[in-house]
Amino acid sequence: MLDKELRSMIGDVKDGRMDRRAFIKRLAAVGLTAPMANQILALGGVAMAEGAQTYKPTKRGGGGALKLLWWQGPTLLNPHFATGTKDQDGSRLFYEPLACWDPDGNMKLVLAAEIPSIENGGLAADGKSVTWKLKPGVKWHDGKPFTADDVVFNWEYAKDPATSALTIATHRDITVEKVDDLTVRILFKKPTPFWADAFVGAPNTIIPKHLFADYTGSKSREAPTNLSPVGTGPYKFVEFKPGDLVRGQLNPDYHMPNRPYFDTVEMKGGGDAVSAARAVIQTGEYDFGWNIQVEDDVLLRLEKGGKGKTIYAVGGDTEFIALNFTDPNTEVDGERSSMKTKHPLFSDPAVRKALSMLVDRESVKKAIYGRAGRTTANFLNGPEKFVSKNTSWEFSIEKASKLLDDAGWKPGADGIREKDGKKLKIVYQTSINGPRQKTQAIIKQACQKAGIDVELKSVVASVFFSSDVANPDTYAHFYADIEMFQIPLSQPDPSQHMRRYMSANVATKENKWQGTNFPRWVNKDYDAAILAAESEMDPVKRAAHYIKANDLMFEDTVFIPVQHRLKVEAAANNLRPIISGWANETDNLHDWYREE
Amino acid sequence: MSQYVLRRLMIAIPSLLGISAVLFFVLALAPGDPFSELATNPNVPPEVQAALRAKFGLDDPIYLRYLHWLNAMLHGDWGFSFVSRMNVDTLILQRLPATLYVIGSAQVLALLIAIPVGVYAATKPYSLFDQVANTLAFVGFSLPTFFTGILFILIFSVTLDWLPFVYTTDIKATGIHWVLEMIRQAIMPVAVLGLFQAASMTRFVRSAMLDVIRLDYVTTARAKGLGQAKVIIKHVMRNAMIPVVTLIALQMPAVFGGAIVTEQIFRIPGIGSLLISSILSNDTPVVMAVTFVFACLVVLFNLIADVLYGWLDPRISLR
Repeated sequence: MLDKELRSMIGDVKDGRMDRRAFIKRLAAVGLTAPMANQILALGGVAMAEGAQTYKPTKRGGGGALKLLWWQGPTLLNPHFATGTKDQDGSRLFYEPLACWDPDGNMKLVLAAEIPSIENGGLAADGKSVTWKLKPGVKWHDGKPFTADDVVFNWEYAKDPATSALTIATHRDITVEKVDDLTVRILFKKPTPFWADAFVGAPNTIIPKHLFADYTGSKSREAPTNLSPVGTGPYKFVEFKPGDLVRGQLNPDYHMPNRPYFDTVEMKGGGDAVSAARAVIQTGEYDFGWNIQVEDDVLLRLEKGGKGKTIYAVGGDTEFIALNFTDPNTEVDGERSSMKTKHPLFSDPAVRKALSMLVDRESVKKAIYGRAGRTTANFLNGPEKFVSKNTSWEFSIEKASKLLDDAGWKPGADGIREKDGKKLKIVYQTSINGPRQKTQAIIKQACQKAGIDVELKSVVASVFFSSDVANPDTYAHFYADIEMFQIPLSQPDPSQHMRRYMSANVATKENKWQGTNFPRWVNKDYDAAILAAESEMDPVKRAAHYIKANDLMFEDTVFIPVQHRLKVEAAANNLRPIISGWANETDNLHDWYREE
Repeated sequence: MSQYVLRRLMIAIPSLLGISAVLFFVLALAPGDPFSELATNPNVPPEVQAALRAKFGLDDPIYLRYLHWLNAMLHGDWGFSFVSRMNVDTLILQRLPATLYVIGSAQVLALLIAIPVGVYAATKPYSLFDQVANTLAFVGFSLPTFFTGILFILIFSVTLDWLPFVYTTDIKATGIHWVLEMIRQAIMPVAVLGLFQAASMTRFVRSAMLDVIRLDYVTTARAKGLGQAKVIIKHVMRNAMIPVVTLIALQMPAVFGGAIVTEQIFRIPGIGSLLISSILSNDTPVVMAVTFVFACLVVLFNLIADVLYGWLDPRISLR
């Protein structure tokens, strides 16, 4: 897409000749997602749109109880200590950010009075600062006013390493200053194209200064409010039993009109996804079930004549197979998969390409993910503005065999291809999880037909995803030839996600396998594209850099994308939940209601 | 007698120390990491992970960690959960009522079924009643609880829609409605667990009764002209129940320890589900505390069983 054309389109939106929706559609057509399109507009001088309002109730309360089923219940309620999304989800019932994301990736105001833009002076043209105006008259649940001091405090609290806040990465490289009681300014060290990170979305909700000020740094774990939150949200805290139950009741002083709709909210934890689906869809004991990762035919069966249905939200999560660029079977200086080695089979690009052709994404979708999956050729599948249109995939055992034949890999006596005495035998590891083992089986079968011998290996998730230095079975050690999992994209921007695979970040014994580049793929062009993207203020050029980075991965077959996975939730038929693929499930909870 | 109890308690100390050491080292050597979820979170830099490990003392040598743990435990500090960032004892106490209520009721149900059925079956061995009771008992303990649990859910919740299958700790009713609701939601888990236990216990009661019923003093009692009911209850049962009491005493720790599978199926927030979720998230302080408390209870109830034995059967003397 041409830069000039974009500029004129932004001009059209500004003058009202083109409506915002049409603009977003045009950008989507060239592969830019809605949240990014909105940020482009914001930088281009058109204010970000507030998400469309679909909220119907005309008075506060009266909706009875809202019963939520989280099969992994929250274990703590301080957003800065949240170890997983479940904890963020639980905290979000009571705490609020300045703004959240709606299903289209539009920003939605929560504690902020307006969305920062260049026109209202909120956004600096050089991308080095953002000024947020806070909503006046907002009160914490204990009656104290919410002010800029609270926002500044959250930054000080989280950036202190002694606090051990898990939100430190968001806060340590920024400076937050109070302009007046209802205005804060965030200063960035370098131009920051994606400025909506700190204080935006469920992971970055704001805790009250007056209750946490005495518990910063190493005293952070002693704060009584860690377990009994006092927030600004639509529901007031009632009760918390870690892993089992979170309860709240309507906040009569809530700052949004006619909200919330429900009188009480309850989040029950425990159990498994299938029975959660059953309790929502089949028996209607609960109104909403979180993260229903269940095979599609089971869900279809439950939905027949049931009391609920499944709902889907598109985000950017990709289930992928990563290829090891180093040799997992040779030990150098006490380390396998060492950077000093090269993978004996995958150093031949034909083998990597053939492997990619043997992944039958359509069958995986049909047999396993169903409505919750989309086939894709890309590693980066969202936001849409960053999705490459230059790639394609194909499943063909014949073509893969031909490719291998041409490259000199001839079938041996046992049917397994070999070349120069090296046999095409690979170890394929993943975490233990129903759909993953089924995917393994589908791919193994295709590989066998093409003369590649695949040994399957499954590792318990708690080991596979651990950072245990001594354990050789973690995904970061990658002591296998290929491995499959997914890394969630937690915000509508790919920067954190793509930075992982820069050459400097390879996982080695020296950095205790904490490097994020586990395929140990080294590519100078990729590094250059990422560095360029990170300092590029022009949203279109920035998106182009990320698309190029994705295409470089595609050309080198670093990852074989198996499936673009959608969020799956279960909801009662009459519930109107608002779920965004770019946010936590409870991020828009204040707008949920029930159709009478 | 008191000397015997004291001596047993003294012996318990080294065995508990041994148990705690084994538990601790096995858990410390087990693979996994409480902060594993952070590894794939792009927001959490590796330094933070390392800082957290250091803060919770995970980088110290194992023997030092064990000594720290032991010292804290002696001072009544059960540890601090990595995952919930709260004290382990609070966490366990929160879970205890549900476990006591559900598992305790299941035990009572098991006894209420096993004793009458077992006794009656033993009085008429190989009768039709005995055959039926035996068959049902075999079926009962051959079916695992995860199977009967799901079967019950499908029949009573999904098809008939009579009972809820998600256990809630905050029932919104008060008074009699609260009691009724508590009973209603416990019916399925109690039945699943209780019937499973009753099956094996019935077999046990029956064989204990059969052992005693053939003894000469029973024949003597009958010869004296005592009625069947009196012979069975006063003469046979009193002696036959001695091994049963031991069995029940040894089951008691399980009442506190919870039932992992059943609690998971019905979402009962008990000790069992706490244990399994802590194991899955590598929350070692919680796993350690729960297993250690369980070990203490086993030791304690063994002692109680032995003491009861002496009291029930004066022929056994405790020295």
